[in-house]
Amino acid sequence: MPEQTSLKDRTCIVGVGETAYTRGTSKSSLELALEASLLAIEDAGLAPEMIDAVILPGGAGGGGTAGDFIANFGLKDLRYTTSLQEMGGAMNVSALECAATALAGGIANYALIPLCCRFYSGRKARQLNSDPGTGLQSAETIRDYYAPFGVGAPPQHYAWMAQRYMQLYGTTHEQLGAIAVAMRKHAQLHPNAVMRGKPMDLADYLASRWVSYPYRLLDCCLETDGAGAVLVTTTERAKDLRKRPVYVSGIASGHPYPPHDLPNRPDILKMGLDFCAPRAYAMAGVKPADMDFAEIYDCFTGQMMLQIEAAGFCQRGEGGPFVEHGRIELGGELPMNTHGGLLSQAHNSGMNHLVEAVVQLRHEAGARQVNDAELGLVTGWGGHGHGSIAVLRR
Amino acid sequence: MKTETTAPVNKRLPQLRGYTQEFYAWCARQELRFQRCAKCGVWRHPPRPMCGSCHSMEWAWAPTAGLGKVYCWTTVYQALDPAFAGDVPYAAVIVELDEGPRLATWVTGIPPADLRLEMPVEVWFDPIAEGVALPKFRPLASK
Repeated sequence: MPEQTSLKDRTCIVGVGETAYTRGTSKSSLELALEASLLAIEDAGLAPEMIDAVILPGGAGGGGTAGDFIANFGLKDLRYTTSLQEMGGAMNVSALECAATALAGGIANYALIPLCCRFYSGRKARQLNSDPGTGLQSAETIRDYYAPFGVGAPPQHYAWMAQRYMQLYGTTHEQLGAIAVAMRKHAQLHPNAVMRGKPMDLADYLASRWVSYPYRLLDCCLETDGAGAVLVTTTERAKDLRKRPVYVSGIASGHPYPPHDLPNRPDILKMGLDFCAPRAYAMAGVKPADMDFAEIYDCFTGQMMLQIEAAGFCQRGEGGPFVEHGRIELGGELPMNTHGGLLSQAHNSGMNHLVEAVVQLRHEAGARQVNDAELGLVTGWGGHGHGSIAVLRR
Repeated sequence: MKTETTAPVNKRLPQLRGYTQEFYAWCARQELRFQRCAKCGVWRHPPRPMCGSCHSMEWAWAPTAGLGKVYCWTTVYQALDPAFAGDVPYAAVIVELDEGPRLATWVTGIPPADLRLEMPVEVWFDPIAEGVALPKFRPLASK
């Protein structure tokens, strides 16, 4: 039965594209998303009009609507579209799950997943969460129940989790810093990283200003402009395309309870990834120790540490020691965020994590290539802890 | 540090509609109430129509004693909302009520550095507009 119902290896990522990541742009979200999409389509060796599914991780605010893509690409018969805005930064890997589902189910043949984030030039995350009328319940909760107490932005409410975590498990600031330093090192090796040419060490990290304790400035992701896209098709169709396919071997999404409010979770540290990670590994038939690298959603250092644990690389509370001594750096036991991540490459809500995993599995990563990379992990996190995870295979 | 201040008008009010308006209106009457399922007795917050445990849509705004404990906090040094620029550093605290619900709040009358996990606290109400008060807390021992 699993042969018929599982999504394991039924679909492949066959094209990736990214615009330049910048701090400042004159281009619209739609222009950037179209630019990245064209790159992904060309990368696959397809013609744009062959796209018959458009999965929109961020909805209209994340680069355009289905209608925009139909109109601009001249799509003649779009068969499937959906949006995953509520998932926040978990949206991209969840979008890949939607694409895999639609393709494996025979609804469509070529699915485009575009995303643009204009977090520098457009509305910033701190504003999205405190403006009324976003329609997102997590944002409404912030507006009505956190913002009156001066908690309106992700580094503040996510710091709640980090502070409790550190108090329960004795995690040190140096351990959080090890994550930030590793991401910055990797960014030095990526030509399209905003923090390339701006190296940073642990002393710099420890000297950076407090934003919301235990988070310093350098615990926080960047605010940047740019877009990325991936193209997904069925395994059969993937064999005829330009680039080596990257198989979607395991894919899952999960949700914390209650999803819209952090304080009232019985365990504030338990999030969507805790639920979905075991399902993704089971689907792929692999274990965490099999991974050659991992691209973990690093909106903040502490959230990355929690996900390292939820993804099964170590037990709850062991994340601090785990990230020390270069283990997550290139050349270490398990390189993570080989592109520099949200912390040092760019904040494209993790679309850049998906793209980087594909580049690594094609062995196209140049100076930052993980030797003999065969299996890689990508996680997403967002909207107060929704989670998603993909096991990708060369 | 500032304590027991009344919020200036340029701070955002909660959106005064539906359940949220009712929650803060109870606070303006010096009562900290949360939704409680009329069928199975499970508390819930933030408010919503249905009990996630038994799926009853019968509920009431049930009173609490206003006593609880510090669950966790963050100390804000950079006011990302400019309305709070005059308040930094301030601790935004999650308090767990003895009855079970938790909420974001402030614990006043104590420097952030003196906060501790499980510290017992009691509610007080900070009126910020007509019919609206914010539930804030102070250390129980300082009563």
